[in-house]
Amino acid sequence: MAGLELLSDQGYRVDGRRAGELRKIQARMGVFAQADGSAYIEQGNTKALAVVYGPHEIRGSRARALPDRALVNCQYSSATFSTGERKRRPHGDRKSCEMGLQLRQTFEAAILTQLHPRSQIDIYVQVLQADGGTYAACVNAATLAVLDAGIPMRDFVCACSAGFVDGTALADLSHVEEAAGGPQLALALLPASGQIALLEMDARLHEDHLERVLEAAAQAARDVHTLLDRVVRQHVREASILLGD
Amino acid sequence: MKETPLSNCERLFLLRAIEEKKRLDGRQTYDYRNIRISFGTDYGCCMVELGKTRVLGQVSCELVSPKLNRATEGILFFNLELSQMAAPAFEPGRQSDLLVKLNRLLERCLRNSKCIDTESLCVVAGEKVWQIRVDLHLLNHDGNIIDAASIAAIVALCHFRRPDVSVQGDEITLYTPEERDPVPLSIHHMPICVSFAFFQQGTYLLVDPNEREERVMDGLLVIAMNKHREICTIQSSGGIMLLKDQVLRCSKIAGVKVAEITELILKALENEQKVRKEGGKFGFAESIANQRITAFKMEKAPIDTSDVEEKAEEIIAEAEPPSEVVSTPVLWTPGTAQIGEGVENSWGDLEDSEKEDDEGGGDEAIILDSIKMDTGVEVSDIGSQDAPIILSDSEEEEMIILEPDKNPKKIRTQTTSAKQEKAPSKKPVKRRKKKRAAN
Repeated sequence: MAGLELLSDQGYRVDGRRAGELRKIQARMGVFAQADGSAYIEQGNTKALAVVYGPHEIRGSRARALPDRALVNCQYSSATFSTGERKRRPHGDRKSCEMGLQLRQTFEAAILTQLHPRSQIDIYVQVLQADGGTYAACVNAATLAVLDAGIPMRDFVCACSAGFVDGTALADLSHVEEAAGGPQLALALLPASGQIALLEMDARLHEDHLERVLEAAAQAARDVHTLLDRVVRQHVREASILLGD
Repeated sequence: MKETPLSNCERLFLLRAIEEKKRLDGRQTYDYRNIRISFGTDYGCCMVELGKTRVLGQVSCELVSPKLNRATEGILFFNLELSQMAAPAFEPGRQSDLLVKLNRLLERCLRNSKCIDTESLCVVAGEKVWQIRVDLHLLNHDGNIIDAASIAAIVALCHFRRPDVSVQGDEITLYTPEERDPVPLSIHHMPICVSFAFFQQGTYLLVDPNEREERVMDGLLVIAMNKHREICTIQSSGGIMLLKDQVLRCSKIAGVKVAEITELILKALENEQKVRKEGGKFGFAESIANQRITAFKMEKAPIDTSDVEEKAEEIIAEAEPPSEVVSTPVLWTPGTAQIGEGVENSWGDLEDSEKEDDEGGGDEAIILDSIKMDTGVEVSDIGSQDAPIILSDSEEEEMIILEPDKNPKKIRTQTTSAKQEKAPSKKPVKRRKKKRAAN
């Protein structure tokens, strides 16, 4: 889009944020009574819903059961009304399959699967509105849902996207910034140890700038962690008040 | 077929070797296997061999209407297929996870990095654009499919020539290769994927893992770069936990490797161009080495056959006629005769020599000490004394020696009674050859 500058001279982005600023995050846990764990998150205009069932017995073929670990099964679906143009296939296309695989990889690393051998944990993620940073929103929602279900994890898994424009690294890209075609990085981090669970990058970025973009994404993920931590504590406090402790 | 699971001892062996910084094929940690690029007769057809991993790439093009929201851009389509001949575990229904992962990675590497100028593929804006289709087939799986596939894709795209097209008003004229030379695609840069396999909880990495190393690795990091050191794609998979400095280190190594591989590709393309221009032979058939045992091609040596007939006649004339051989039958007893060669049997010779080795073999040796008759039939001379005769360890309880005019005598093993003297006679003696117990 010619004429739309992603970073103005004063350092403001299209939606008025600064380079390292995140969008407003609002999250709730325990939105569904039926599921073992559920969560809803809004990152700016990106809205994602995550539901967790498990650990339960392996459904389908018993042969898939792992003798020493739990099987993590993730499915990603984005609603047909989530993008500007109506999507024809909400799930089953290659992008959704890939997202499911990436979520599974992320959570297999974070969940303590050794505690639940021969069982299965299902994570279903639904994107209701996609305004950039869908992978990050899915991972954050799924983290909250897994915590709501009481499944033990090594640490929070916090994700954020980052980009690079005019020599500056931007954190938490919106759809407009993503569509502009610059480099985009998605990072899922375990904040306490700084370990990267998943790293994904698209479009050309010169090697020298990689470190700055990685650092921006890592810092943004740590900020997300602060917010999610607050949400979890708030939820636990409410739940304990209701239980009368 | 379900994939054969890796045995624990093999896994431990590989991991221990890696701990000691040794690879099975003797490479160093940052070494690639040999890359071999060969081209087919058509433009856009190439085969890449990375060690034993083999990928075949083919590019084709077609004129279609463009996508609605991108009216001035051509369409790129990538497809990687895991052929069933690549590995026994690849079956039509079973491959989905790996297939999705590889296809998406290739798509992101080649499409999102904008290595091909899609605007140049436009013929008439909004009506006709070129659709370029890259088909990759994995022919043999020996690890690191993604690297081989990315090299094959970019080489095929560089090699490809599309038909020339001209637009006059509303008319589009498509020229055949005979009318006008086909035109190459405009490629901005060449992204190449480099794979890093992580071991020992992410502390140790190997470049270009082969199939065995892939089975035991903790995780994989793929970095796609071009020779200008621009990173086109990064993808980490397999559930390893990385640290930021590991990623930065890998990107530096990838830069070096990509520069080498790009040089190799450019040289191969240049050679191919030269061969085609000079009118030499090109194509896959030429790239198969003739000296290899699988080529089944022997050099024909010229032989002069003009005077064969004369020589043959000479030889026949000089040769003597074959002698008449009349064989006389040898009569053993009424009803038993022998005719032909080999009348005298040499079993006795063998057992004589055996007897020398085995002195303590009991009385069997004495028995087998054949008294050779003219007939050469072995005859047992069961000693004239009343010596105890222990015949053999064989499982046979009884040994019956048949004589045509006497009653069959039963000789028991392990017996101590005297045996009758058996006069040497011409009579055939049926006797089972006793097997000696293995000494």
